[in-house]
Amino acid sequence: MPESVAVVPFVVLSAGVLGGAVLVLLSRNVVHAAFWVLEVMLAVAGLFMLLSAGFLALVQIMVYAGAVSVLLLFTIMLTLRSREDAVRSLDLSWQAGVIALMVFAAIWTTISGFQLAIPTAPAITPGVADFGKLLFQGWALPFEIASVVLLIALVGVVWWLGDDR
Amino acid sequence: MTVGPSAFMVLAGALFCIGLFGALSKKSTVLVLMCLELMTNAVNINLVAISRFVTPESLAGQFAAAFIMVVAAAEVGLGLALVLALFRRTRTIELDQVNRLKG
Repeated sequence: MPESVAVVPFVVLSAGVLGGAVLVLLSRNVVHAAFWVLEVMLAVAGLFMLLSAGFLALVQIMVYAGAVSVLLLFTIMLTLRSREDAVRSLDLSWQAGVIALMVFAAIWTTISGFQLAIPTAPAITPGVADFGKLLFQGWALPFEIASVVLLIALVGVVWWLGDDR
Repeated sequence: MTVGPSAFMVLAGALFCIGLFGALSKKSTVLVLMCLELMTNAVNINLVAISRFVTPESLAGQFAAAFIMVVAAAEVGLGLALVLALFRRTRTIELDQVNRLKG
């Protein structure tokens, strides 16, 4: 395991994340935007690998790249009345841009005033086995609650989209 | 050459703000949901990075990120079901045209 985070993969993956996110906003075609979301998800999975979080990278690829982007494409295709509906105007409002810039300025100020005790990554990198052990020791109750949340979401979706009585 | 935690925090902040910009300005419900996904991913990057740099042995940030993924999966499932229900009822997914409380 590497003791620190290398610059070159970080720059490449960051460019993938930020470029993909900008292209989500700038795609006129909704289907293209969905594929750029998929690219951002994969780049984030790469960042997780870079941070020695292999299990989360796997879950990211399975849940986001596998399930969420397919769901997005599925919904886009079900809600398009004709092929031309996929192409739309950019809809970028300057008011939203001002709010986003203000939030970014606030985040930037906080980060530049933030001094972390450890500037380089520690060498300890627990693997998937430690993740599983800790999950079922200290985090067992949140884990069960998470499964109940997923069950409720599943029942809710089926009930919502069931036949109109 | 190595990267410190603040680089990850700036990256996550930038991704969050791009997502926020999109979520506030887009007029298609599906695109708004996509931008919300970008924002949750930014939060996850931040959690995993801070966990890696500060407490790598307790994995707390990774667990928090895993639970955020669970909630985000439930959220996108329900959100897209809501979009489909909306489309069935009004035949449109444009946010500008969904302005009535009465169905």
